[in-house]
Amino acid sequence: MALLQISEPGQTPNPHERRIAVGIDLGTTHSLVAAVRNGVAECLPDGEGRVILPSVVRYVAGGGRQIGHEALQALASDPENTIASVKRFMGRSLADVVGAEKLPYRFAEHDGMLGIHTVAGEKSPVEVSAEILATLRYLAEDTFNADIYGAVITVPAYFDDAQRQATKDAAQLAGLNVLRLINEPTAAAIAYGLDNASEGVYAIYDLGGGTFDISILRLTQGVFEVVATGGDSALGGDDYDHALADWVLAQTGTQAVTASDKAALKLAARACKEALSATKNVAFHADLTGANIRFNVEQGQFHAVTEPLTARTLVAARKALRDARLSVKDVQGVVMVGGSTRMPQVQAAVAQFFGRAPLNNLNPDEVVALGASIQANQLAGNNSSGDLLLLDVIPLSLGVETMGGLVERIVPRNQTIPTAMAQDFTTYKDGQTALALHVVQGERDMVADCRSLARFELRGIPPMAAGAARIRVTFTVDADGLLNVSAREQVSGVQADIDVKPSYGLGDDQIAQMLKDSFTTAEQDMRSRALVESRVDADRLLLATQSALTADGDLLQPVERAEIDAAMAALAKAPTMDDAAAIEALSKSLAQATEAFAAQRMNRGIAHALAGKNIESI
Amino acid sequence: MNLQSNDFELFGLTQQFAQDRAALDARWKALQREAHPDKFAAQGAAAQRVAMQWSVRINEAYQRLKDPLRRAAYLCELSGALINAHSNTAMPAAFLMQQMEWRELLDEAQSVSDLEALTARVDATRADLMQECAQLLDLQQDFTAAVQPVRALMFIDKFSHDLEHGFDKFE
Repeated sequence: MALLQISEPGQTPNPHERRIAVGIDLGTTHSLVAAVRNGVAECLPDGEGRVILPSVVRYVAGGGRQIGHEALQALASDPENTIASVKRFMGRSLADVVGAEKLPYRFAEHDGMLGIHTVAGEKSPVEVSAEILATLRYLAEDTFNADIYGAVITVPAYFDDAQRQATKDAAQLAGLNVLRLINEPTAAAIAYGLDNASEGVYAIYDLGGGTFDISILRLTQGVFEVVATGGDSALGGDDYDHALADWVLAQTGTQAVTASDKAALKLAARACKEALSATKNVAFHADLTGANIRFNVEQGQFHAVTEPLTARTLVAARKALRDARLSVKDVQGVVMVGGSTRMPQVQAAVAQFFGRAPLNNLNPDEVVALGASIQANQLAGNNSSGDLLLLDVIPLSLGVETMGGLVERIVPRNQTIPTAMAQDFTTYKDGQTALALHVVQGERDMVADCRSLARFELRGIPPMAAGAARIRVTFTVDADGLLNVSAREQVSGVQADIDVKPSYGLGDDQIAQMLKDSFTTAEQDMRSRALVESRVDADRLLLATQSALTADGDLLQPVERAEIDAAMAALAKAPTMDDAAAIEALSKSLAQATEAFAAQRMNRGIAHALAGKNIESI
Repeated sequence: MNLQSNDFELFGLTQQFAQDRAALDARWKALQREAHPDKFAAQGAAAQRVAMQWSVRINEAYQRLKDPLRRAAYLCELSGALINAHSNTAMPAAFLMQQMEWRELLDEAQSVSDLEALTARVDATRADLMQECAQLLDLQQDFTAAVQPVRALMFIDKFSHDLEHGFDKFE
């Protein structure tokens, strides 16, 4: 039974003050949405009580689609149009996908991200992910019977810029306001850290369906500091399935030829793997077109076949520890995340490596979504006394190509974000008026071994002698881990900026086109959607400004205050206005009116931080 | 206090080489608690932009202050003693001889224990040079003289990096 909420007269909670913010774990094999309700983080169940939504989307002829459990049912019968583990394709070209030939899909090759041909036309991984995110959004909206203020979405710590950007694009396409992208292991630590309130160094071992992450975190004074991350973005439970399936095929001398054979084999391998976590031997059942496989698999055999995969995770763990300049004995706890950590051989190998039993008292499937929801609740401003601060790092180094195909590193990996770093370059020919910049991400010294993120040109450099121009290239990485690059010739002031999207991400025009084509238009007409969004934004801005004025209004001169009050009064009429563009213009002028105020508030905050410390140290 | 303050001013620390790492870390976190964009997630674009600038600046200062070598170089630069790491690579002959010997040992290493022995030698040299930096920077305040050990430490840093890679081939 729901408890009645009782308020003192005059203290009725303003419905706007409690914002519904959710945490979403957009996983390779399954996805979850969680929210903090009555102070407790919990995963939201669907109408049938299930919290796990399989990350599977099936496109049906005639424009329909099935998402989740329904789609999963069709995996064997309609493999070409039933897209599973789409996360592996996010921000990836066909050449990047290891083992693409084993998959039943008809891929479309592009310069940037690959596409998948379905009966409903070609689909980008971003669109497929957006279907999953939108399903979770509707689930949350139905649960709370309210609009969702925003979401924190988790990504593997090892995701590069293209993969993060693709994830954010998918959320945008699904109509979600992204409060923050956070790393999955960090989310898990938040869930555990708040439960156990323990300080120290933790290793987060996250073996999911398609990715492996290892993160070394330090928890002190309520701050989660990521010291190092590592992993393998193409290693997960699916590989254990493949290894088992391949081994069984070899043992039985059978072959899987058709797409439905491959899918049936995959399902059989997964079922066998899961059963082997509890029992010593399991019968492997798969009915293929050529033969029916009935083969007895012993636990020890499965462990031996997959041992190289487990070993790969430990190599990455050792490397992450070395990056953190820590040894195994510095680690106070190991958190297990991801359904694949249920495999006993993984538990045993991790326990042996770290010399201690791993923490696994939270459900490894839910822990990431729970942590994300706690962070979302805080970012939405619901938990004003919240003491949680997340200081995350960039997982892979960023640099630019220099002469001879070498990489000049500009932002080293494991640098705390947000960060901005600059490097000066010069021209190498007399009278050179343009400079091409190729932005790459990765740890290798050669450009060919790194991921190409973007290419752009700085034009209009005044002709000078070789080496006389000073071109400062600045990399800015925001708190989501997303990169912006700008280049400026210091003498002439010629400037070029780029949000790193073109080579692998989607252009804004592509997103606009997808939005136009997608489910969102079916539901409500674009114009009314824009109007609703502009009103919500206006409301958000008014509330933020009001709370800033309450806290620090004394900083303002009467003239400044009058200007802000006037801009607020104008924007307060938004609910009665019907023109989205006009509301946006008013929002913009309020934002401009508060620019100087925001700077003054920050100065006061910084002064506070220092003053507090100085008094303590006296 | 503003974005142009130097790292020590920004962190409210005495401008000197000797720093307490724990105090530095605590100050960093206290500052980020005030300035991090997450603290302004619900407060509109203007506040986000200011927060981003400050948070970036605080991280930049922290990276420089927490690394003893970068801190030493920064103190020299603040006092007008330029390091010129890229343009000026001249070093005393004895130092270069030692570097060459280390490079040979690295190339010829046969085992992890060879590399560990070399690491110990490098670390000892580094510690001596750090001591020298502390002496010159804090006690004698001779920033021009401190440039020499700072540059030697930069060479050693680069070598340490290669040495770490050396361990990879035995894995």
